[in-house]
Parts: sequence; structure tokens; C-alpha cells
Amino acid sequence: MDTKAEEDWGSGDSFVDVRPRPGEAEYYDSAPKPSSSFLELRDLRVHFPTDDGLVRSADGLSFTLERGRTLGIVGESGSGKSVTSLAIMGLHKQGTAKITGEIWLDGEELVAASAERVRELRGKKMAMIFQDPLSALHPYYTIGTQIIEAYRIHNKVSKAVARKHAIEMLDRVGIPQPSSRVDDYPHQFSGGMRQRAMIAMALSCDPELLIADEPTTALDVTVQAQILDLIRDLQQEFNSAVIIITHDLGVVAELADNIMVMYAGRTAEYGPVDDIFNRPQHPYTWGLLGSMPRLDKERADRLLPIMGTPPSLINVPSGCPFHPRCNYAKLTGGLSTDEVPKLRSVDGDHSVACHLTAEQRLHAWETDIKPNL
Amino acid sequence: MDKTDLLTVTELQKHFPVRRGLLQRKAGAVQAVDGLDFNVRRGETLSLVGESGCGKTTTGRLLTRLLEPTGGKIVFEGKDITHVSRGAMRPLRKDIQMVFQDPYSSLNPRHTVGTIVGAPFRLQNVQTPNGIKKAVQDLLELVGLNPEHYNRYPHEFSGGQRQRIGIARTLALRPKLIVADEPVSALDVSIQAQVINLLEDLQEELDLTYVMIAHDLSIVRHVSDRVAVMYLGKIVEIGNAEQLYAKPRHPYTVALMSAVPIPDPSRRTNRARIRLTGDVPSPLNPPPACRFHTRCWKAQEICRTQEPPLAELVPGQQVACHFPENTTASTGAA
Amino acid sequence: MITFIIRRLFAAVLMLLVVSMVTFAVFFLVPRLAGQTTDQLAAQYVGKNPSPTQIHAMEVKLGLDAPLYVQYGRFLKGIVAGQTFNDGPDVSVCPAPCFGYSFKNQEPVWPQMLSALPVTGSLAIGAAIIWVVFGVGIGVLSALRRGTVFDRAAMTVALAGVSLPVFFTALLSLAIFRDTIPLFPDAGTFIPFSQDPLRWAGALVLPWVTLAFLYAALYARLTRAGMLDTMNEDFIRTARAKGLVERRVVVKHGLRATLTPIVTIFGLDLGLLIGGAVLTETAFSLPGLGRFAVNAINNKDLPEILGVTMLAGFFVVMANLIVDILYAVIDPRVRY
Repeated sequence: MDTKAEEDWGSGDSFVDVRPRPGEAEYYDSAPKPSSSFLELRDLRVHFPTDDGLVRSADGLSFTLERGRTLGIVGESGSGKSVTSLAIMGLHKQGTAKITGEIWLDGEELVAASAERVRELRGKKMAMIFQDPLSALHPYYTIGTQIIEAYRIHNKVSKAVARKHAIEMLDRVGIPQPSSRVDDYPHQFSGGMRQRAMIAMALSCDPELLIADEPTTALDVTVQAQILDLIRDLQQEFNSAVIIITHDLGVVAELADNIMVMYAGRTAEYGPVDDIFNRPQHPYTWGLLGSMPRLDKERADRLLPIMGTPPSLINVPSGCPFHPRCNYAKLTGGLSTDEVPKLRSVDGDHSVACHLTAEQRLHAWETDIKPNL
Repeated sequence: MDKTDLLTVTELQKHFPVRRGLLQRKAGAVQAVDGLDFNVRRGETLSLVGESGCGKTTTGRLLTRLLEPTGGKIVFEGKDITHVSRGAMRPLRKDIQMVFQDPYSSLNPRHTVGTIVGAPFRLQNVQTPNGIKKAVQDLLELVGLNPEHYNRYPHEFSGGQRQRIGIARTLALRPKLIVADEPVSALDVSIQAQVINLLEDLQEELDLTYVMIAHDLSIVRHVSDRVAVMYLGKIVEIGNAEQLYAKPRHPYTVALMSAVPIPDPSRRTNRARIRLTGDVPSPLNPPPACRFHTRCWKAQEICRTQEPPLAELVPGQQVACHFPENTTASTGAA
Repeated sequence: MITFIIRRLFAAVLMLLVVSMVTFAVFFLVPRLAGQTTDQLAAQYVGKNPSPTQIHAMEVKLGLDAPLYVQYGRFLKGIVAGQTFNDGPDVSVCPAPCFGYSFKNQEPVWPQMLSALPVTGSLAIGAAIIWVVFGVGIGVLSALRRGTVFDRAAMTVALAGVSLPVFFTALLSLAIFRDTIPLFPDAGTFIPFSQDPLRWAGALVLPWVTLAFLYAALYARLTRAGMLDTMNEDFIRTARAKGLVERRVVVKHGLRATLTPIVTIFGLDLGLLIGGAVLTETAFSLPGLGRFAVNAINNKDLPEILGVTMLAGFFVVMANLIVDILYAVIDPRVRY
């Protein structure tokens, strides 16, 4: 499928090729300049060499995030969003993942840092909560034990002090009777309470960055609302930077300040939440917005799905990875199949990676998309 | 009984016994489904919506008689199927079929697609005019799959395609009623839309009746003619979909709708969100009288002592509440 | 928890009763099916050239003419309270637990088994310690170093351990380490611990290693597979996300979860083994329960066979009981 790239770079199954592909920004800086943002990713690539080929889970991601702000990463399965967050946390196995690019956290670069240094930061400076709290918590240890453990890794205190802190955290996240529930096992909590407990554990060391990977997908909708409120409250209280990863556009509309729409390991569109929802620029974003039925709008006659299926990350389509499913690919005169689109600014912070010209996009938006949304 | 009713359910009940102690005595029961009354009209889509523990999945299994009710009655096309034996149920299974939630585990990985979709014909000994293979290929085409893939295995397909295979299998014997248990929740957003459209097209083409079980309120609104909201084994509100979404009357329905995150950032600040406290109580020990009273912001003494009956407040909408809401919904349907 | 234990205890006792019933029935039926009369049966107890009076006396003494259920009843009573055999002036008391008398040497079965028990016990427990340490240890390391030379070598050796018959390894080790290079001259005999602890250990080293080799191989493979599964679990990722050192992640989070099924299998294996490690004891001429059982079978000594079966059954049932309770203690999710 990827004939042109193969010609240039080979089939990639016996060596790891992380050089930028044709048409991408050349990023050959000799000495990386420290970032002024709290969190900045520069051209992050996470590739997994496998027997079936090179899996390009993250392929050139860049964004910034400040304290007290929330970034929503939106994408479907296979978009590489979870891989990105695990890369920030340094949770990829040294041997299996090849990571290039830069991750700057509060002035410190993490990709080149030692595994030990990144481990020190985990839990303390950056913490993560996961999708399924039942499988993400150890079944044999009480919630209290696990929170105490999390706290004592980074704080030299006695068990008694840590226990008191654990109870405080449970109380802070809204778990009733925390002093008795601290000795309960994960399976004795309901789904919503479990997720709160996991949040309590993640925040026990006051991390400045919180990554929430699909934190509410496994929860009921009323509980989801409670958890989202909790995350928002805690963010305001601790002034943490939050990355929320989800496939649910409703969730990011509630929480995020900026949104990054990911497709096949790359950024399709990035911008402030209002821009993304009111003036989306990428055909994939249009597709996402069109395929969701809305509670707040008139009932649509028919949903507008995106044709086809998300691509495998081993065989990413050439040029623009979305082109096989894009209704407007033909308008670019062959660019979509040949050249990878660069992320270009449209309006201030709002940028899009698409070959369509601004006029073409506006036209498509006005005639096809907006009337149907 | 209304002639156009395909399925009528009266006081349907399913309790699962819980055994404890030295002699494994019955200590209580999980009251999964506790007295449901509703009917399904021919050609319509009725959705059962609710959160975990509300009993909607159990209801789906009761309707297809994968489970036997512990009380109440199910009447399908005039026949009482509540306690029929498995053998007596078999011919009826041509008419009542189910689509399952998980496309990854509901297809036997060792069977080819052809075997899977063709199985209903063989099991029910149905003769096809041009042979089973042709019938299967027609079905694959009907659901938007390539009929040439007859000999492939499920793992060679994506999630959305697997769900289509499941749907093809369901349609094999041209059922009258299809119970779809969360048919799209395991799929990506863009694929969900494809499958929803497919289900709607098939309904029109083949004159199908759907009972849709789902938790995603937006999808439910899109596909349904009527909606039943369930809470802890009971129906708290049931009625015409448009009406229900425009003016939900049960406090739980109101809370449910206000909890759904809306993909519109401008609504963040000015949204009247009802925050329900706590989690859903256990169906082992549901609250007495009105089951919602422990989380309801309007609960009064009567809610704790007297169970509100499902009453028709406006034509086409029944609510079980002593103090139903009458305001315009906070979702602000246009 | 208490009700759980009581329920399990009841089940264990019931199981033991069933074992006793089945074994006794077989013991009762086998000679009759082979066409033996009660006389012939009694004759086996009397010894060489029995006279008819002696035979008849033995018959009465042992109650061999009574129906099955009566004999079974007496047998059960014997285990609990001992039996008194009355043949006129000669009264022999067989104290509890009474498993009858051996055909071959007229001795009561129970004391013979009792003396064989420490041998089997030493063998089994010693080997168990070795195989757990090595088997689990190597399994964990293999899993952590998956795909490396160490892993592949370890699993190949494990394959050998599982495939090579015990008697082969036994005879080989005797030939090398006792006969050729006399590192363990005492191997092939049993020196009681009370007599000389050092020589006791010396005699047991080869049998320990032989037996442990087999089990360690199994446990290495089991642990490796379990560890690989566990380390892919979500809670391991959470542990790392908290900033735990990798060693702690492996031991406190990974190993703890992996060991649960291993512990239960270990309990069962040990229980079975204490009932008699037949091949090893025979190969090393250790007078344990295993060899006792083999000899009993060779001699068609029914009371001994019955006795050893009951004893082995007891150990297995007890092991099952302990393992069940242990599982409920270790895994808080187990409902009881």
C-alpha cells in the first residue's frame, strides 16, 4: 500500500526507521531548546517494531499544555492516543518501543532522561488514571494499602501518617465513610467509587500533571457526570494540568480548553475547544461530529458515518492517512495520496493537517457539513 | 389486546436467588426485573434505557426466553410464551432473535462466517430455494459485507464488520422481532453510525420490530419510536420518544438526560445540571416503595411508603412518580 | 469464614468416608471375585501350612464370615477406637487407628506405616523446598527475561526435567555421585534424623534433587506462564504509574498475584507426594510409604494395601482442604 515510502525507506520490518517521511517538517536541531511551557511535546514518535511490521502508534505529535489547563485528546481506537500518554509517563517497555522526539515537563526533557529519573517523576509530578478501575487496582490489596504505597514512594513518612493522608484523600474525592472504607478491597466498591478511589490514589502526591485515559468510559452516565465534575474541581483546587483522553466529544466539550483530534497516530486538528466545535477544519472532525446523534439538536433523519474503517497502524495509508475515507481527497489533485499534510495554523492556536485550501474547506463546510449538523 | 401488538409483557419478574450459609439456604434474591408492563407494536422500535443494575439486559434475555421469568407473563403474537419448554420455544425462535453486544465474543472464532450465518438454516431445518450458501451470501450482501468472504474467520474482520456478521445471522430466518442488546456500544463512534444506519435501513426493508437495549441516550433518541426508562428493575417512565426527550417527567429521566455530556462547549456554564449523589443501590436490597427515593431531590414521606404506579399523565407517556416534573427538559431540544 | 471452614471440613470428612467405603468395598470384593472363599482368605493370615482349625479360628477372629457392611462397620470402628480380636484364649488388641494385620508378617499395619512416614516425609518436604525455590525462582526470572538466552536455556532444561523419567535420573545420579565420585556414599539408604542429622541429609540429597528436578521443571513452566500473564495486567501498569521501583512491582504486585494458583497446586502436589513417592523411593531403596505400597501390592497383602490407600487418601483430602481455605485467605475476592 505504501509504495512510495517503501521505495525510499524500505519495508521497515528489519530496521526501525524514525526519519520523518516525505513532506514532513525536518526537525534536525542539534541541541534541543528547553520549553517554556509546562508540558510540551515536540515531534513525538512512538514506534513498535513487530514481526508483522513497524507499528507507528504516534507519528509526529506536538502540543503544549499549561498548568491549570485541560487538553482533550480525541480519537478512536487505533488512533494512538493511549500510546502517547503512556509515552509521557515513560511506561513503555524499553525494548519494545522506539521513542524519538522530545517531551518537556516543567523544563526537563523526558525522552532522553534516564528511566530512573522518569520513575521518580511518576506519581509525584505526573500521575495517570485508567479506564477500568477494577482491573487497574490490585485485587489482593486494600484501597488503603495501595494509596499508602503510592504516597510513601515519594514521601518519607510513617505508615500511620500515610494512612491518615489516604483517608483524607478518599474524603476529598467524595467517598462516604472513608475511615472504614480505606480497609476495603477494590471489588467491594461500586464502579463509580472505584474510579474515585483511583483518582484519590493518583492525586495523593499532588502531581502537577494528571493524565486521565478514558476515565469514564466504563461508568454509567450519571456516575460519569460526577467523575467529570470531580476532575474539574480537583484541577481548580490543585491547579494541575490535565490531559483527558477519550472518544466522547461530549466529554471534551465539558472539560477541555484545547482539543487535539488524533487520527492514525497523527494530529488531524488542534485548537481551542470553541474553535474545534464551531469551526472544525478537518474532514475527520466533520465526520466525528456528523456521526454522533445529538440530544441538543433536532433529531436527524440519518447519521452521517465516515465510510470505511480506521487504518491499521502498520499499514498507514500514504500521504494523508485519512484520504481513503475522505470525501474531499480528490479535490487536492493527488496531494492527499502523495504528501503528508503538515500541521498548519488556521487561526491563532487553531491548526489543521489537511491539504484542502481554506476556500475548499469553507465551501465544503457551508454546503455539506453545517446544514446537516 | 391491541391487534398491532407483537409482544405484550405483563408484570414481568425475574428474581435470582442468593444462597448463603452452611446449608446454602436462600438468603435473598437479586430483584433484577420486578414487575414490568409494556407492549411492543409491530414495526416500531422500543428502547429500554437505564444504567447498570436496572435490569434491561435481563429483560432482553427474558423476552427471547433465554431466561425463564419467575413471575408475570410474556405474550408473543397472541401466544403465551412465559413458561414454554425449550422444545416448544424452538420454532418460535425463527421469529424472535437477538443481536449481542460484544462482536468479539459472540461469534465462534473457530467457525467460518459462512458457517455462522448459515447455522440458523441448519438448526431450524429451513429449506432455501437456492441452497444455504446462496442464502448466506445474500445475507452478507444485505448487511454490506462482501459475499466472497464466505470462508473467512471472524478474526479477519474488524469490530464493525463482525457486528454486521452477527446481524446477518440474526436476519437469516427473517425474524419478526429483534432484541438488540447494546448493539453498538463496543464500536468506535464512526462505525456506530454505520451500524445504526444499517439497522434502520433493514427495519424499513424487512418490516422488522426492534427492542433496543442501550445506555447511550443520544443513540436511543435517534433510533426509537418509544422509550422505556428503567431503574432498579422497574420502568419509571415510558412513552413516545420525542415527547419523552422534550419533556421528561420522571426525576430520574431528567437527571439522566442532564448528565449526558453535550458536545457543545458553550453550554458548559449555563447548563442546569442535576447532580445525583451516590451510586445506584444494589438490586439485592432495593429501597422500599419508590426505588428512586434515596437519590431523588424531591423525595417526600409518601415516596418512602407508597410505590407510585405507572400512570398515563399525558397521552402516550406513562410515569411512575408522585411528584413528576413538568418543566421543559434542560436539554433544550430545538 | 468460620462457616466456610466448617462446610469444607464436613466435605472433607464426607470425602474420607467415601474413600474408605470404596476402598473397603474393593478390598472386600477383589478376593471374592477372584474366586477365593473365606477359608482361603483366612488362610492367608495364618501363615504356612494352616490347619483347618487354625483357619477357622482366624476366620472368626477377623470376622471374615460377616457380611460386607458389618465388616466395614468394624473396620471404621477400628480406625476410630481400635479393635479387639477374640479367638478364644488369644486376645489381641489392635489399638486405634487399626488397619488390620498384614498377611505377610502378621504385624499390625498401622505401626509399619507409621515408621515409613518419616522417610516419605523427609523426602517429600525436602524436595518440596528445593523445587519451590528453584522452580518458582527460575520461572520468575525466565518470565522477566523472556526471549533471552537464559529463558530459552531454562525452558529447555525444564523440558528435560519433565520428560526424563524419575528412575532414569535416579539411577544416573546414583551411578555418578555415589559410585563413581562418592560424594554421597549414603545414598540408597535411609539414616534417621535422630541418629545422625548430617548423614540423614547426605543420604537424601540425591533423592531430593531427583524428585525436585521433575517438579521444579513443572513449576518453572507454570510460574513463567503465570508471570507473563500477570505482568500484562492493568494493575501492574498502575503500580509502575505510581512510580514504584521495578523490583517492587515484580515482587509485591506481580509475584503475589501469580503465586496464588501456584500455592494451591503446591498444596495438592505435596499432599499427593506424602502419600508415597513410589518411583523415587524404589529407585533409592528408601523405606517410605511408597515402597511400602509397592511391596504390599506385589505381595497382594490386602490389609496393607487398604491401609496405605486410606492414609494416602487422608493426606490428599487434607491437602485439598488446606488449599481451599488458603485460597480464600489469599484472594479476598473468593466468596465464602
